[in-house]
Amino acid sequence: MFGYYLDMAIRSLKHNKVLTVLMVLAIGVGIGASMTTLTVMHLLSGDPLPGKSATLFRPLVDPDPTPERTHETPMDVMDYRSAMDLWSAHRADRQTLVVQSPVKVVAAATNVPPLMLMLLSTTTDFFPMFDVPFQYGSGWTADDDERRSRVAVISASLNDKLFGGANSVGRTLHLRNTDVRIIGVLKPWRPSPLFYMVAGGRFAHGDTADFYGKPEDVFVPFSSSLEINDGNFQQFTCWALPKIPGHLIDAPCEWVTVWVQLGDAGKAAAYRRFLADYAAQQKSLGRFTHAENTRLPNLMEWLDYNGVVPSDVHLQTWLAFAFLAICLFNTIGLLLAKFLRRGGEIGVRRALGATRGAIFAQFLMETALVGVLGGVLGWLLTLAGLSLVRRQPTPYADMVHLDVLMFATTFALSIAVSLLAGALPAFRASRVAPALQLKTQ
Amino acid sequence: MDIKPILSTLRRHKFTACLLIAQIALTCAIVCNAIFLIGQRLERMNMSTGVAEHELVYVQLANIDNRPDAMARSAADLAALKEIAGVKSAMATNQLPFGGSSSNMGIKTDPEQQNDEINASQYLGEDVIPTLGVQLVAGRDFRADEYHDLADVYALLRKGDMNALPKSVLITQPMAERLWPGQNPLGKQIYVAKNISLTVIGVIRELARGGGIREGEQYSAVNPIRYSASGGASYVIRCAQQDREQVLKAALAKLKGLDPNRIVLEKGTFDELRHRYFRDDRAMAGILVGVCLALLIVTALGIVGLASFWVAQRNRSIGVRRALGATRYNILNYFQTENFLLTTMGIVLGMVLAYGINLFLIVHYELPRLPAVYFPVGAMLLWGLGQAAVLGPALRAAAVPPVVATRSV
Repeated sequence: MFGYYLDMAIRSLKHNKVLTVLMVLAIGVGIGASMTTLTVMHLLSGDPLPGKSATLFRPLVDPDPTPERTHETPMDVMDYRSAMDLWSAHRADRQTLVVQSPVKVVAAATNVPPLMLMLLSTTTDFFPMFDVPFQYGSGWTADDDERRSRVAVISASLNDKLFGGANSVGRTLHLRNTDVRIIGVLKPWRPSPLFYMVAGGRFAHGDTADFYGKPEDVFVPFSSSLEINDGNFQQFTCWALPKIPGHLIDAPCEWVTVWVQLGDAGKAAAYRRFLADYAAQQKSLGRFTHAENTRLPNLMEWLDYNGVVPSDVHLQTWLAFAFLAICLFNTIGLLLAKFLRRGGEIGVRRALGATRGAIFAQFLMETALVGVLGGVLGWLLTLAGLSLVRRQPTPYADMVHLDVLMFATTFALSIAVSLLAGALPAFRASRVAPALQLKTQ
Repeated sequence: MDIKPILSTLRRHKFTACLLIAQIALTCAIVCNAIFLIGQRLERMNMSTGVAEHELVYVQLANIDNRPDAMARSAADLAALKEIAGVKSAMATNQLPFGGSSSNMGIKTDPEQQNDEINASQYLGEDVIPTLGVQLVAGRDFRADEYHDLADVYALLRKGDMNALPKSVLITQPMAERLWPGQNPLGKQIYVAKNISLTVIGVIRELARGGGIREGEQYSAVNPIRYSASGGASYVIRCAQQDREQVLKAALAKLKGLDPNRIVLEKGTFDELRHRYFRDDRAMAGILVGVCLALLIVTALGIVGLASFWVAQRNRSIGVRRALGATRYNILNYFQTENFLLTTMGIVLGMVLAYGINLFLIVHYELPRLPAVYFPVGAMLLWGLGQAAVLGPALRAAAVPPVVATRSV
């Protein structure tokens, strides 16, 4: 029966080529538009550390003592002292600090001109905590953090640029005025978004594409970097003027990000208590005024809070699905017109003994075929759409690709859409009264 | 034209007619909002900055070090830049409109105020007014003896010697109007901290914030503070429009000549800076235009398809009407009126939907309300589209000869 319906469907589609092309085009274009935006959305709204993100938390406290600020929520990052207190308390399974700053980099014994790169100041736990993959060597130890060792880990792309991709462990990098020894080279690593640096989303008004930038090229122990790059650190915000610009250790500024890893709910609850106790203690010391203002969101909550997916991407997704809906209406209309025009044929088949179900199945087969054809067209248009997105000057452009899940979704969606479009017209066609049709012939 | 027979025919094709109405309604709603969004983006992209945009080039250097001789080096750089043929004015500044970074300060008009009244962008550098080409509408520019070096200002702040800080400030007219509506701002005080007050000595007609667009897009102030190359400065040079490329090339050569080790982070004309700043808006406006066109085409094709089907289905009745004396014009008119009725119903529904979508956008994307003018514009667009789409099938219907009535299929 399947083969027979398929044969009939192909004949029918061939019979009215213009209408077929119109329907395939409508479904294909609708699928292409919605899958392009859905793929971008899928890429941008995904979990950067699946399986682990629920154990990563971002402690927040409110060190700002000024009455001017509303203090409804703590600032996204914190001052040096609070960050160091939380980090050195070692109350979590793992804890790390992150700060970004620009630094001038020269590689000894290469003729690459000086580069201005982003330096990530962090601590030993950063690499195991965020599953950062190494190509050569490894990260530094807690001892290196303690002794302010002049060591660095570099990104795969910097290793390619400076050393042609060779194992550069043991070679020297000149950071500003300091020599550091390379002890590790990362594999290509491109978290989406650059989750550990996400902050300030609520001030971005939906313009959040910059959260999807590339990771830094040079990673150095936090303590060492404070000496190496002193004067080049930038505050997130200050509640009073810093005395020396770029030197933030004792400044009334919020600039250090803290991350902790807490293996289970019990540990998270304990850490929450620790954070509240710490803030209360700081208040009693007179350093905090808003001790109750502490938070401990996990990674995904933090990304949600910052609204990391740019509002333009949301808007495009809405538009694309509205477009698909209109294509769907269009296809229903065309199918209805087409099927009901074949009243005579239906009447004859019914009179010869075909059941209503058989008629329904036959017409549904035809629409499913339109769906498959539309899916192929939609897939091609999605590839074209994604290559268009890749050519856009957005920070996430280089990550955009169609993965297996989205590839399968393309066809599932197009067949679902065409069956949805075909169900009603096919049902109406199957209800045609055979006697009436035969009489009018 | 009597619409009763049309309505009774449509009643017999309720489902198909409803589909078409729904499609037109959805198209109308989305197109209205999309055109509105395009308008918003265009308005944003046309934002005026007040600066002589076509006459500026800039070179941004990497922030290397806080060297003690930074000020002298910047002065030497600027002297060299001013020697270039065609350069009208040059300065080192901390920010530019549409540039990467911005300095901002909270401003009070009374030192006892709890919260800042507004947040304003803070321009530093010598000769900001002539170099950016902004227009002073009241008061005067800074005198040469009013300028302080940035390093000295920091030293004074460290010492807590607030009285020695530079006291004068230039502000924009929109900012003055916001702080003291209807009053003369000259001589008024603004407070950037409890014990730091500044006196307004001049008013600039327009000067957009440094960095990106944000609330209070024209709230800017200029302080008489010399900026040095150590702070990751931008050198901004003003020259005639046609000299820009050659001046930029000469400037880069001069700067490299003075110190071959420095890193140029960015360079270009102000026009390029603006172009780059709005690239996302341009892309989004392009997408919206594309979606609008695609929607209109799909809807038009839907109308053509359905109208063709109806014409074919009613071939016989058209023949009968023609045989009974209806003219070709009557038949043409029938299909046009039918389409007009369907489109009108779609438009009415679409307007309600458009309003709903707009409310959604207001809540989720901080967009303003859809102006009423979009409703008639959207309606005209869809009426036109409907009539254009139905014309072909309607003409085919009008061409049906009366003899069809006498044939039994």
